Amino acid sequence: MSELKFSEEHEWILIEGDVATVGITDHAQEQLGEIVYVETPEVGSEVNKNDDTGVVESVKAASEVFAPLTGEIIEVNEALADNPQKVNDDPMGDGWFFKMKIADTGELEGLMDEAAYKSFVAGS
Amino acid sequence: MSDLQSGAPQALKRTPLYDLHVELGAKLVPFAGYEMPVQYPSGITTEHLHTRKAAGLFDVSHMGQVRIDGEGREAALETLVPTDVAAIPEGGVKYSLFTNDQGGILDDLMISNAGDNLYLVVNAACKDQDIPLLRSALSPQQSLSEIDDHALIALQGPKAVGVLSRFAPSLARMPFMTTTMVDLAGLWCRASRSGYTGEDGFEISVPVDGALEFARTLLADEDVEPIGLGARDTLRLEAGLPLYGNDLDGTTTPNEAGLLWAVSKSRRETGGYPGADVIRAQITEGAPRKRVGLKPEGRAPVRGGAEVIDGEGRKLGLVTSGGYSPSLGGPVAMAYMERTEALAGDQVFALVRGKPLPCTIVKLPFVQQNYYRG
Repeated sequence: MSELKFSEEHEWILIEGDVATVGITDHAQEQLGEIVYVETPEVGSEVNKNDDTGVVESVKAASEVFAPLTGEIIEVNEALADNPQKVNDDPMGDGWFFKMKIADTGELEGLMDEAAYKSFVAGS
Repeated sequence: MSDLQSGAPQALKRTPLYDLHVELGAKLVPFAGYEMPVQYPSGITTEHLHTRKAAGLFDVSHMGQVRIDGEGREAALETLVPTDVAAIPEGGVKYSLFTNDQGGILDDLMISNAGDNLYLVVNAACKDQDIPLLRSALSPQQSLSEIDDHALIALQGPKAVGVLSRFAPSLARMPFMTTTMVDLAGLWCRASRSGYTGEDGFEISVPVDGALEFARTLLADEDVEPIGLGARDTLRLEAGLPLYGNDLDGTTTPNEAGLLWAVSKSRRETGGYPGADVIRAQITEGAPRKRVGLKPEGRAPVRGGAEVIDGEGRKLGLVTSGGYSPSLGGPVAMAYMERTEALAGDQVFALVRGKPLPCTIVKLPFVQQNYYRG
């Protein structure tokens, strides 16, 4: 049973049990333009919700990636180091950033479902 | 995710090509008070590479175009800039600098001898200070007018000359850094062979009434694509060309910036422009800092604001521009370094998000400039 959620920082969060897979949304990659560099967090690091957990850089600018939830980073997408354009090509699939073990499921309440995110983007 | 752009505020100005940018699907951003295209749907990398191999059309109408008329205009302008303005032949174009009393740079500009007047192009972000400055240097014999009834369109790249020659064959023979009045598609234009990409190309001052149609005519050529400010920045960065506000400011001297070639030989002796003493002294004694290129190892871009340090963590300088080079497929940057430490081939580190990234000091430009010398 999986569930797809979104943050106001334009991340998608796929929740499967107590594991969340995190990436940036199609809207985010489109706004950023061609992505040339991605820095993922270290596996094993403990992050708090809203911590800086990485960077995504387009030709134009660097943007921080914030942890959407509190937890432990358990896996990162190593392929992005050599192929950052995967984030443009497939932001919701091959372009995922990291997986984390969710520490506090209560934080899921603060995330949006797809319909809410769509209206959030439309209104921003 | 931080820094996603939201809608532009209201009070922005638009250039005569605004409707064309919208029609072409440009992403518009606020820049120097104007709503400008940062990129078109093809994206910065594609636009950049197209300009290097064919021809790119840039709307640079936000820049300030100015003409100075009247007897003694050359001498008046020479009180503000280190260029031997009187020595510019008719049809000649010179890159120049407004300096301050400390020898720092207030803006960079192009000065053309247009025959019976001087034609100047200044930066958009500085024009509101440059124009009063210019007026303050004029006497009643001279007058200044802002050319706001002309758009400014740059056509840059190895195929620019072929495209424009179809309208005016004489343009093919113009050397780089010259200017002429010419009929282009029925419009009386000022065409200057100059640009900000490191490529051969032209900057064309076009009457506003026909500007949009003229741009459309150029874009109908299969060699020409529209190029936004994003690629304009990556092109100039690769070509080693400084950007005012990033790489040049009121605390940077021409000596430090590697722009002494813009200080005319005759005026190094005679002076008579702001900061002449400082610039002269730095010619003799050496400038404290030097603008260099940095080639970061790895893929992480090093951007303006990053500190440059040595292996022991001692600060050696500051990155003023940096990003991704589409031509080289990796990061490049420009930095000001202590002159004694600015040795090409040396390894230094740029501090990016607290991490020291190894970089090699290199000579500018990163990509060979391809100007037509005639």
